[in-house]
Amino acid sequence: MYSKEVMDHFMNPRNVGEIPDADGIGVEGNPTCGDVMKLFIKVKDEKIEDIKFQTFGCGAAIAVSSMITEMAKGKTLDEAEKITKQDVSDKLGGLPPQKMHCSNLGADALKKAIEDYRKKHGG
Amino acid sequence: MDCYFDHVATNPMREEVLEAMMPYFREEYGNPLSIYPLGMNARQAIEKAREQVAGLINAKPNEIIFTSSGAEANNFALRGVALARQYEGKHVIVTRMEHHSILNSARFLEKLGFTVTYLTPDRQGYIEPEAVRKAITDETVLISMIHASPEVGTIEPVKEIAEIARERKISFHTDAVVSTGNIPVDVKEMGVDLMSLAAHQFYGPKGAGALYVKEGQRIIPLIFGGIQEGGRRAGTENVPAIVGMGKAAELTISELDGRIEHVRRLRDRLKDGIMKVPNVHFTGHPEKRLPGHASFCVEFIEGESMLMMLAAKGIYVASGSACTSKALKASPVLLSMGIPSHVAHGSVVFTFGAGNTDEQVDYTLEEFPQIIQRLRELSPFTEGWGDMEEGESCIPKK
Repeated sequence: MYSKEVMDHFMNPRNVGEIPDADGIGVEGNPTCGDVMKLFIKVKDEKIEDIKFQTFGCGAAIAVSSMITEMAKGKTLDEAEKITKQDVSDKLGGLPPQKMHCSNLGADALKKAIEDYRKKHGG
Repeated sequence: MDCYFDHVATNPMREEVLEAMMPYFREEYGNPLSIYPLGMNARQAIEKAREQVAGLINAKPNEIIFTSSGAEANNFALRGVALARQYEGKHVIVTRMEHHSILNSARFLEKLGFTVTYLTPDRQGYIEPEAVRKAITDETVLISMIHASPEVGTIEPVKEIAEIARERKISFHTDAVVSTGNIPVDVKEMGVDLMSLAAHQFYGPKGAGALYVKEGQRIIPLIFGGIQEGGRRAGTENVPAIVGMGKAAELTISELDGRIEHVRRLRDRLKDGIMKVPNVHFTGHPEKRLPGHASFCVEFIEGESMLMMLAAKGIYVASGSACTSKALKASPVLLSMGIPSHVAHGSVVFTFGAGNTDEQVDYTLEEFPQIIQRLRELSPFTEGWGDMEEGESCIPKK
């Protein structure tokens, strides 16, 4: 049911954890539906220097979280903001249709984390 | 190590069952309605199977109607009896513990103008007989209740409810698909009018089920056509599958006591081990439950990810989590028991069978707590759910 890439990111998730002095935090999803993703970013010179995640959710939700951290790391905020759900899904070799909406929270959580950073830093 | 702990999904077929079936695929391929020897052999094989299945549940052979599955038997019972008795009344009682084949048949009856009462279980998935008595109206013609829940293992008070139904001359059906082969099932002792069975739940083949219909019980066919099954279920019989179901029933009669003791011991060991992990809840009734059934809700993690990590270790189980279902909704059974959906997402169900061993339990008790820990390390929830229990829109607190 899941692609090789999804299984790889699920079994060996990258960038797991929290950043205690994060510059921005984004939370997306709700536990009633079964998926919650929390993203922490550290920003330097308008670039995402470090990024970590915590996720409660299914295999797809965990793989999406892991993938978005890899995609966003090192990008400028403007670039990172442009990452779409479809980009994440494509990078993962596709997601089952029923998982596209409920579990593909990475891009939204990242936008929220960037917004949070900008709010805090007057950007 | 491969550990199959999903016997509620299906069971491996017994070697003896396959052997019994084999001749009826090729050599004995006759149509049981044909009057020459080839047909008569097939007819005899079906009638022998009917006796074997009747023997398993203490029924008369002519009270057994073979179907293609437990789901068909459930559809047949609910729709067939409600329609046969609709001029006496149009009220049906079911519970929220039922399988989809009952619930969706009930919804279909509603479209036909029936009123359906859906009884809510208590926190342990148990339906109090008094609740059934209160739900009965002068219009009630049928009550259907699951014998044992595949999701939480709870065994319902079917005998008491059958008695209440009998007092009021209401037909009573029980879905014994999951219980048959796991606990003793006796239609006379239970006092039921109709009962559904599926062969693959007791080491028989898939594609074979049966509906017990007590002598004198009125029922309208689901499938119209020829005179097979006494005109109550048309279609050329699936002879090999029916023969296999008969053989599986015969084996179950002699082996049931041993199977119960075996799975209960393994289940208790697994349960004791898993309950040592913090924030894990045992679901269903602690005593009134299937002997080989252990179900849990593991807080702060989600069922599908648990299932996937367990599968990667060769451990195969089930879950009532939203993400493991195509409907993407947490198990309606768990929700109806009052378990909040965020907790229900962490549902995991272990069901044991004759082939399971102590080594498999040891291995699982080593691996599963590590998987829980690993997934909890990924989770934003660590000690509590923060304000998220208050509603859909809330977000987790750190």
